[in-house]
Amino acid sequence: MTIQQLDAIRQAKKELIEVRRAVKEQGEKLAKKTGYRKQVLVCGGTGCTSSNSIKVIEQLEKSLKENGIDDILIVKTGCFGLCALGPIMIVYPEGAFYSQMTPDHVKTVVEKHLVKGGEIVKELLYQGTITQNGDIIPFAETAFYKKQMRIALRNCGVIAPEDIDEAIAAGDYAALEKVLTTMTPDDVINEMLASGLRGRGGAGFPTGRKWMFTKASESDVKYVCCNADEGDPGAFMDRSILEGDPHCVFEAMAIAGYTIGAKQGYIYVRAEYPVAVNRLNIALKQAREYGLLGKNILGTGFDFDIELRLGAGAFVCGEETALLRSIEGHRGEPRPRPPFPAVKGLFGKPTLLNNVETWANINPIIMNGAAWFANIGTKTSSGTKVFALGGKITNVGLVEVPMGTTLREIVEEIGGGIPDGKKFKAAQTGGPSGGCIPAECIDVPIDYDSLIAIGSMMGSGGMIILDEDSCMVDISKFYLEFTAEESCGKCTPCRIGTRRLLQLLTKITKGQGTNEDLDKIEELCNHMKSSSLCALGQSAPNPVLSTLHYFRDEYVDHIEKKECKAGVCKALLSYSIEADKCKGCTLCMRNCPVGAITGTVKQPHVIDKDKCIKCGVCMSKCKFGAIVKK
Amino acid sequence: MNNNAKFCATEEQLSKLNAVIEESKSVPGCLMHILQEAQGIFGYLPIEVQTIIAEKLNVSLSEVYGVVTFYSQFSLQPKGKYRISMCLGTACYVKGADKVLEEIEKQLGIKCGECTPDGLFSVDSCRCVGACGLAPVMMINDDVYGKLTPDMIKGILDKYREVK
Repeated sequence: MTIQQLDAIRQAKKELIEVRRAVKEQGEKLAKKTGYRKQVLVCGGTGCTSSNSIKVIEQLEKSLKENGIDDILIVKTGCFGLCALGPIMIVYPEGAFYSQMTPDHVKTVVEKHLVKGGEIVKELLYQGTITQNGDIIPFAETAFYKKQMRIALRNCGVIAPEDIDEAIAAGDYAALEKVLTTMTPDDVINEMLASGLRGRGGAGFPTGRKWMFTKASESDVKYVCCNADEGDPGAFMDRSILEGDPHCVFEAMAIAGYTIGAKQGYIYVRAEYPVAVNRLNIALKQAREYGLLGKNILGTGFDFDIELRLGAGAFVCGEETALLRSIEGHRGEPRPRPPFPAVKGLFGKPTLLNNVETWANINPIIMNGAAWFANIGTKTSSGTKVFALGGKITNVGLVEVPMGTTLREIVEEIGGGIPDGKKFKAAQTGGPSGGCIPAECIDVPIDYDSLIAIGSMMGSGGMIILDEDSCMVDISKFYLEFTAEESCGKCTPCRIGTRRLLQLLTKITKGQGTNEDLDKIEELCNHMKSSSLCALGQSAPNPVLSTLHYFRDEYVDHIEKKECKAGVCKALLSYSIEADKCKGCTLCMRNCPVGAITGTVKQPHVIDKDKCIKCGVCMSKCKFGAIVKK
Repeated sequence: MNNNAKFCATEEQLSKLNAVIEESKSVPGCLMHILQEAQGIFGYLPIEVQTIIAEKLNVSLSEVYGVVTFYSQFSLQPKGKYRISMCLGTACYVKGADKVLEEIEKQLGIKCGECTPDGLFSVDSCRCVGACGLAPVMMINDDVYGKLTPDMIKGILDKYREVK
């Protein structure tokens, strides 16, 4: 493909994409130029396909046909972000945001809205797009979206990721064109350095310096790798980028290849992400057909190609040296550094490894300039960060905010607060390597350095919100179970340390802990931090240390009072029936699997605490809220 | 299905395996890929399959076994016709995935990591399928079930029991 051909594709679909980004009036004008009266975007990300968005698309195609409508374009996109409300469907140019669609809902929307002269079906809209006085606002102006700034996710939920023409029209490969035709490798590195971009995988190492070091290594063969082994449970930022805009990753890797002098790239992606793997394969094929990967890219004489490698479920493979071992086909065990991969990496050659989200930031930096990027966010953490917001929060989904946004803004405004009127207790960031941010730190700005200062870490972007029903001792035990299982076993501090820590925490949750155990835990944590081989072992104590720091009283309650206030630790719970609320309906008695409940009809029942196995069935069956757990 | 059942492969499976090995033999770092394909062909990776791969690639069996046992995706045991995979990632866990798993175990009478005697169901836990918006989530083969509560489990399992 030549540069002229690339530009022709860009121009051909430019307006089609712009309609999806424009505000209403402009969108309507633009839509007239596209030949389509309306465009219907349906999310085809993992979240929405899990709630049957494919059936929504099928029904949409069918209903449009039945109603004789042929001037509406259906686009299957990547993730819009609001996964809890899936399947999601947006109609442009008006920007009507329909949520939780079923095939029946689709029929209604087609008949009432999509037909000529139709009107938006208000009842089926996402409630957040309807104001108190009944006006409809565009999705971009809802509380969920307004504070967000989409740079890495710029094309997710906007383009059809399986159509390379849409990706090109949305701006993909423009930065590659600019770099290959107007910039030297040193120019690129200077841009990266000046942008202040730091690695989005967790550690936050300056990306420009990584590129500079790899370029400086002398070798005939070098490699560029993409870390898409998103193993942190509760995190799905990278998956959404791969599903929503795979070409932006290829483009950035090719730019890096040109810069450091590599001709081959590898993407190491989790096999647990079948949708993402499928999209990557489709995108790779299309990019090769267009000559945007392969030999003599855009006629500039530059060669670069990419291969996919599937992971097989090992958390430690997110660590760079372990990941490279795994690509080589071995056990994914880390090795000591130095030498760093920039000097000796994949197959012993200098290797540049960046995370998916880092790659997704490259195109906007090249196109808009380093100064633009450096102005976003804070002084030491420029740009934006994508978070996978989950747990006890109203708007579960994907959010991208400028660095320095406070946790309060994320939880209360974007996240829509805690459901069921419960109280915010803490946010867990950084997964098994991170820590908890307690309610008293809710105004802390979210950036690399502020989070480290309060004992957590940015991590790759998982953010789990906990409410008063979450027990912090149980949460740290949960993470230790994870790291103990995922420890590769190569170094002793991690292999044995995680086991011992887990034993101590289990003891406390069973009500058998002592105050000395807390001292032992702290000592062991410090040893693991200082002497483990890789980041897995060094950071495994973080969830324990941070909860112990901010929620020490909960540990002490478990030990001294044998009490779990959140009502999570089973061994410390007891169920009882409040006599004044019990109507004597016998439902609990009939459902108790061990016959621990006794009583006569219309008389308050009683639970025999010695027989009770604390399964909670009685509580879920009781219609009068008479059963309490303490 | 007995976990100690003798491994027997069809000619078709073996020729498929050979084709995969021949095709990827020369690619550097091909072992993982071959194992993934082999597991797709046989459903699991018994020692007999590992031996074939080791011989054809001219590496030791211990190296192949080392890789197989390192990654959680690879299984040395046969799996059920319907593979239940309960997500125990953080988002699912805080929304009660453990209680759903308990209910599955109770309904099937097996523990996590096991297979029912009739070979119909096997249960495993996994860490995050990435559908956190639907937490708690489980997968049965390729079907995803979200927003689960323990009382939904029986109905879902019955659907598979009827099909058999």
